[in-house]
Amino acid sequence: MTPSATSPVVHAQKLSRRYGARWALAEVDLEVPAGERLLIVGANGSGKTTLLRTLSTAQSASLGSLHIFGMDVRTHAVQVRARLGLLSHLPQIYRDLSGVENLRIFNRLLGIQGPVEPYLERVGLEVRPDPVRTYSAGMTKRLSFARLLAQKPELALIDEPYGQLDPAGFAFVDTLLQDLTDEGVTVIVASHQVDRARHLCDRAILLHQGQVRWQGPAIDVGRAWDVLHA
Amino acid sequence: MPESTSAERNIPHWLIQTWQILVKDLVLGWRTRAKVVAMVVFAGTMLLLFSFAIGPNNTLLAKHAAGYVWLSALLSSTLLLSQSFQVEGESGALEGLLLLPVDPRAIFYGKALANWVVLSLLTGLVLVGGFFLFSVEIQAHPLRFVSILLLGSAGISAPGTLYSALTARAQAQQLMLPVLLFPLVIPCMLAAVKATGFLIQGDPMDQGGSWTMLLICFNLIYWALGGVLFGKVVDE
Repeated sequence: MTPSATSPVVHAQKLSRRYGARWALAEVDLEVPAGERLLIVGANGSGKTTLLRTLSTAQSASLGSLHIFGMDVRTHAVQVRARLGLLSHLPQIYRDLSGVENLRIFNRLLGIQGPVEPYLERVGLEVRPDPVRTYSAGMTKRLSFARLLAQKPELALIDEPYGQLDPAGFAFVDTLLQDLTDEGVTVIVASHQVDRARHLCDRAILLHQGQVRWQGPAIDVGRAWDVLHA
Repeated sequence: MPESTSAERNIPHWLIQTWQILVKDLVLGWRTRAKVVAMVVFAGTMLLLFSFAIGPNNTLLAKHAAGYVWLSALLSSTLLLSQSFQVEGESGALEGLLLLPVDPRAIFYGKALANWVVLSLLTGLVLVGGFFLFSVEIQAHPLRFVSILLLGSAGISAPGTLYSALTARAQAQQLMLPVLLFPLVIPCMLAAVKATGFLIQGDPMDQGGSWTMLLICFNLIYWALGGVLFGKVVDE
């Protein structure tokens, strides 16, 4: 497949990933059009993180094909990475640098000019000189969000956005997901907070043992979950 | 999209990224300087142990001073090198860099250069301390010592950075790194010890030049190999 403006943002066919003898992902077919908010739901170990990491190109698929922005990730990983952002379980920051220093380094590496303080303000963090090591888990999570925003991705892959956040943080994530979509960003979210996230997403897929067991409107995912785990 | 100044447009982007990684690593090194101090103390302890092992024989100590100094630098370098990728791994920062995407060559050269700077300072301190401790009288011009010091340190830094990345996810990194690195840097250590030895004891047959050339060749090979292989090493 060649790059095309009309291609879906994500097009995966029989995407599979094996760890040793265990298939963490098994023949997942997925198509995500531009601007959609897709929710990935599943129990622990169902393959949510593996799917997000494979889509981000952080790890390669064992089998199947994956095209992002119409480009084959096996041959265009660098071009794909330049247009997506991953917020993973790990904050991907330097704990001995301050929040501002972290964002400055990432922006300079990307060649982006301009102040980084607005990104910190947007995620509700103060500009302070102390290292991230002194931040709480929730503050570190917010800094990871700031890093994602500073990247200005066209595709945002977000693993457990509500993890480590307090109730105020939950509301912040809701607003952020809405803002990202308003800005035209395609968002794929993996979350355990099904009741909360389903109201914010357009479509959902339910993973079980690495396979897509159900897909449909996000608002209905709770019912599908109950049927699967009955 | 990335914006850049007109001056930066003439420089390959991966070189700019190399500079950013170098600066970042030096800043991180300064923030965690207690670890560097521990490394210097470890190297000093090694020198003392060598002198205790040989006993109060000044002639023998001075004769083998170059070997003791470089061995101390090599042994303590593993502390620095293993730390180099620990800091990248603890919060998934290396994965973050690769996904930005930062050119793997830039990560390798940035980190190897930062390690070289710190290791050169360490080796310089060990050299001065060792010469003082072993009562070495320097015959040659100090700049010649500096050039051997820089070449020897670079010869540890390049393969050391590569192997540090390779062993970063190993459970026993502190063990794996020296096991892999030490056999590899034998030619570099041999050349550094010989070249330093000739500078200390005099070089009437002009043999130091060939050992210096070996150091240069070793560096050219491993600095080039590191840039080529690093992408494969950190892939996934």
